[in-house]
Amino acid sequence: METAAGVEACLPIRSDMDLVWVRQHVRQAAAQLGFGLVDQTKLVTAASELARNTLVHGGGGRMEAAHVVRGRVNGLRLAFADDGPGIPDLDRALTDGYTSGDGLGMGLGGARRLVHEFAIDSAPGAGTTVTVTSWAVRPPHPREVV
Amino acid sequence: MTHGFPPPATGHVPVLRLGDVLLVTLQGDLHDSAAEQLQQDIGEAITRNRAAGVVIDLTGVEIVDSFLGRVLAEIAAKARLLAAETVVAGMRPAVAITMVELGLYLPGLRTALSTEDAMRLVGGGYADTVARPGGRRPGSP
Ligand SMILES: Nc1ncnc2c1ncn2[C@@H]1O[C@H](COP(=O)(O)OP(=O)(O)OP(=O)(O)O)[C@@H](O)[C@H]1O
Ligand SMILES: [Mg+2]
Repeated sequence: METAAGVEACLPIRSDMDLVWVRQHVRQAAAQLGFGLVDQTKLVTAASELARNTLVHGGGGRMEAAHVVRGRVNGLRLAFADDGPGIPDLDRALTDGYTSGDGLGMGLGGARRLVHEFAIDSAPGAGTTVTVTSWAVRPPHPREVV
Repeated sequence: MTHGFPPPATGHVPVLRLGDVLLVTLQGDLHDSAAEQLQQDIGEAITRNRAAGVVIDLTGVEIVDSFLGRVLAEIAAKARLLAAETVVAGMRPAVAITMVELGLYLPGLRTALSTEDAMRLVGGGYADTVARPGGRRPGSP
């Protein structure tokens, strides 16, 4: 299978303008890998939530995008990483409606619902990396939980 | 960073007055501070024009995340305090599906399929004056 040029990237997340670039990149990459319109929209929305968390809660960071392949299926893997304070209580952070700021508290749990695979690596003081993967067709394996 | 397409439209969002309805057309990808600016602009425009309704056209919007969702809900809440009703129009099906899965329900926001329907809902007949944007409400400056 051809690797899709223009999918792999590392984008900075330092301002709300960078969030626009992240959304644009994910949209383009997902379209290029053959994602349908609804799946593109879900992945871009999840990326927007996670990138904003990187910016607002993590104090800035980056997104790495990678083309992954499983069998004959194309996937897009996005890792949002920061060196911020970390998340002390993951279960609480994933609970709908929990926010430590003035948000709706829907971003993290909502993003998890919008993607096929979702993982958080975070420890107090050691930053946060949220990695999500979606596949251009139905996921080849059941949804993975954190 | 080389993107083979022009940068997204993220700047100032114009607020148009049509009779006693304000029409706001969101296009492309708004950055967060533009969305916050819009919230403030609409509040001021409602007061200045004594508008009875606000129609937000989402036809050109590709995603609504929790941030934009909250901005829309706050616009509607503020408009209601100023006795104006807000209707969002033309939301794309993929956007609506995604919002439900994200968990964003936006209580208090009325929706309409088209801008025309929305104008009718809030404007009580002003939809027909769309071609005459200069029309003034009696008593407005
Ligand atoms: N990258 C991160 N670094 C540190 N804490 C984080 C990070 N991402 C999320 N959190 C914590 O998890 C909580 C829940 O995140 P979530 O995105 O669900 O809600 P929110 O960002 O507060 O509000 P919104 O609904 O606007 O996204 C945050 O309030 C924050 O405390
Ligand atoms: Mg968030």
